Formats: sequence, C-alpha cells, structure tokens
Amino acid sequence: MSDTVNASVNIAHLSVVFTSILKPGLTIYLFTFTVILIILPKIICLKTILNEQQISLTLKRLAHQVLENHIDFTDTVIIGLQPRGIYVSDKIVEVLRTNLKGKALNYGILDITFYRDDVRREIKVPNKTDINFSIENKNVILIDDVLYTGRTIRAALDALLDFGRPLKVELCVLIDRRFSRQLPIQPDYAGKVIDALISQKVIVKWKEKDAATEVVITE
Amino acid sequence: MTLSTPHLLGIKDLLPTDIRLILDTAQQFKDVLQRPVKKVPSLRDVTIVNLFFENSTRTRISFELAEKRLSADVLNFTTSSSSVAKGETMLDTVNNILSMKVDMVVMRHSATGAPHFLAKHIPAAIVNAGDGINEHPTQALLDALSIQEATGGLQGKKIAIIGDIMHSRVALSNIYLLTKMGAEITVAGPPTLIPKYIKEAFNVNVTYNVKEALEWCDVANVLRIQLERQNQPLFSSLREYNLAFGISRKLLDEIQKNIVIMHPGPINRGVELDSDVADGNESIILQQVENGVAVRMAVLYLLSNRES
Repeated sequence: MSDTVNASVNIAHLSVVFTSILKPGLTIYLFTFTVILIILPKIICLKTILNEQQISLTLKRLAHQVLENHIDFTDTVIIGLQPRGIYVSDKIVEVLRTNLKGKALNYGILDITFYRDDVRREIKVPNKTDINFSIENKNVILIDDVLYTGRTIRAALDALLDFGRPLKVELCVLIDRRFSRQLPIQPDYAGKVIDALISQKVIVKWKEKDAATEVVITE
Repeated sequence: MTLSTPHLLGIKDLLPTDIRLILDTAQQFKDVLQRPVKKVPSLRDVTIVNLFFENSTRTRISFELAEKRLSADVLNFTTSSSSVAKGETMLDTVNNILSMKVDMVVMRHSATGAPHFLAKHIPAAIVNAGDGINEHPTQALLDALSIQEATGGLQGKKIAIIGDIMHSRVALSNIYLLTKMGAEITVAGPPTLIPKYIKEAFNVNVTYNVKEALEWCDVANVLRIQLERQNQPLFSSLREYNLAFGISRKLLDEIQKNIVIMHPGPINRGVELDSDVADGNESIILQQVENGVAVRMAVLYLLSNRES
C-alpha cells in the first residue's frame, strides 16, 4: 500500500508539472490531484476475493460437507447468526433441503446482541431471534459469514446455552480470517481461508441487501 | 444507534426515532421473556438503585424484574424505612448511595421535576418512574407497545383517555407520546378533572361525554381517580362518578363497536371501570403489565452505555 501511495505521489508530481506546462488552470490541477491521489488508490485497494459464481459454488460445497457428516438431520439443527450470517445460512439450508428431499430440517436464527462482551461500549440495536424447536441433545451447526476475532461465536455459544444443552456444536463460516483470532475458536467448515491485516476489512456483500454478491477486502 | 438523551425524564424530551427504537428493542426483549431462560447477561456489570419516594407495587416490581432479567445488581429503597424519615435531603441520600458505585437510578417521587433536579446534580443515568402529576414515561411506552400489538400500529389510531386527566402523569406522558407518533387523542371526563386549556396546549379533542368518546375511539385508556392528589372535592361522590363517567358492560354494548380497553392500574373496580369490563374480552390490562417488563428492559438497556 505504501508503495502505491509513493508511486501515486510521484505520478501526481509529474502530472502537476505536465498540466502546469499545458494549461496552468487551478481546476485542472485539482482534478488531476483528486484522480491520482485519492480515487486511484481506493480502486486499487478494493479487491474482490470471491465473485458471485465462486460464492455460490463455495456455499454448495459447504452444504455438501455438512451433509457428509450429518446424513440424517433428525438430530441436527442449523442456526444462522444475525444479522449477516443468515444470508449464508439461508443459502446453505436451501441446498440442504433440496438434497434431503422433503425430510424435516430444523432451521433457526439467533441474535447475539445481548450477549456481546463489548455491549456497553456501543449499544447495538437487537435483531430477531427465532428458534422454535428444542436444541437439547442436538447437534447444532452455527453459521456465520466471517470468522475474525472469535468474539461473536463466543457470544453465540453463551446465547445458545440459554436455549438448552446441545450434544455438540459445530461452526461453519464462509470466510475464515486466520491468524487474527482473539479466542481459541476454530471453524469446522470454512468456505475460504484468507490472510488479511488487522487494518483491513473483509466484507461479504449480498444482492438482496447490497449492490452485488461478492466478498471484498478493503483498507 | 442510541437514544438522543442520557436520561429518561419524560416523553417530552424524546424524538419519534427514540420512541420507535425503544418499542422495537422492547419487542426483542419480549421474545427473551418467552424463552426457557428468561434472562440475558447484558447488564451484569451495572448496579441500579430503585428509589421510590412514593408508594408503588406494579411499577417497582416491574422495574426490579426488568433489572434482574438483564442481570443487573439491584438495590431497593423505600422512604418509610430510610434516613429520609430522619430528615436527610434527597440529594444527600442519592449522593450517599452513588458513592457506593451505583450506575443507574430509577426514581419515583411525589414532587414534579424531582428526577430533573437529580439529573442536573448527579452523574448517573436516571429513569423517571413517575414524578408527581408530571410524567410517567415508561407507562406511556408500555401503553404504546400494547396499543401497537392490539391494533397493529400507532399512526392515525384514535385513542380516548378517560377519567382524571388533571392529576394523571400517565395521561400527560400518553398525550406526548401518541401525538409524537401520529395518533389522534380525545380526552374525556368531568370538567373539573380536565385542565382548562388542554385543547389549545396539546391539540387534543375534549369531551365531557364518555359515550361520545367511546363511539369515536379505537382504544380507550381508562385512568384511576387519584383521590390522594385531590385537595378539594372535584365531584360529589364515587358512586355519582361511576354513574356518569364509569365504563359499564351496558355502555359498551350500546356503542356497537369493538374497542380495546386499557387501564394503567391499580383499578378502582366499580368506580372508573366495572368488573365485567375490566375482566372482559376487550380488556388488555394484563398484557399491559406483561409489556411493562419488556419496555423497562429496553429503556435500561439503551441507557446503559458508558464511555470507556
């Protein structure tokens, strides 16, 4: 990144020289300045990791991996995490349901706002929780979009215990940002493992909510 | 997203977005109260003191339960068994309690503006649980949640507030809240119990005929006659009040329209509300009490943020 900035500074310098020779207008100077120093680095830094087709394939693979381990879903339930994990879980459950051919599959959504460990640093608005079945002695598969520090999953485990004592809890995520965990939590199923700096952000976008379906990494 | 105010002193200070946020959050807490474990750990590092300088059963129990459901530590304080009886000032009492590291204060007082005074002098977050004849904000919020559940919304709904408008903090808070959320209001009761310029001040309809109000409204919020706040006789007798302004089964049958009956409690059966109406199908009085815990959880949760 710093190389890009240095390079753009040099280019900016050159362009200033050029424009001042061609037409020493302030508007042109400002325009070139903005394009080269501010807009270009943004475009360079916004990197797509997965596109729509790749996401769809990855979700199908995750669903099949889950199926491999839980052939009969009588003792297994799926729980998606609010707010953004449910986009992943919705699609995985869709694939599972087609493969199960009409057999029952319990699917719930869980909001962890009240269980966060940073609850009072920033008050967050809660979302809906909907688990209308018992998780007592069931295999629970938690689904979220990005696994980063592990704190959300810690809160989810706490929240889950208020609904009963599951036999086993597994974790399935679309993106695993490895080497950035703050708690000893690892996924059982991961769509894509990536290395990203702490200063970077990984965002999973969905057509239903954002402009397009893709996974991007930003500075 | 947080509330625009650090305290809940009255509905008067809230924005419509604040009210919406509290009601939406309360809806989620209502779900929590249906679970096998009716408790969340959100406020486990918060200590709350309930300061009740005036009698209360419902509100105090409701607040205490809300605090415990949020895992907060709770202190209860009632004047009769405290040093206030020995002549300590309110500010001294509260400062002494706060020096023992208390984070939030829930307060009821018979003097109007008591929590506002406290908010100016102490650093803790304050929730008004009723101050004199001024406001009772959490009651108005739980009434709004109950109206929303019973009729599907607040915007454009017709609400009649019937009874002792003059001495009722519930009436004032309800008027503020429902006006802000776009509902229409009619107040009804004897002329001696309705403030003279209420129509001009709050843009509400006024009628002295209860039947007329019932025929107009979707929801009737019936208030208690607050004899403890009336220094002079404002109507001749309770029996006469019941005959002229009380709501009976016969009156409800006459209006030939389905309306919802609410009452903030405690009910004086046979005065403002007859027993067969209070226990009837149109009454949502017990749902109001149920919603009270969820609304108070939402208020305490949303006011609990602290700069770290």
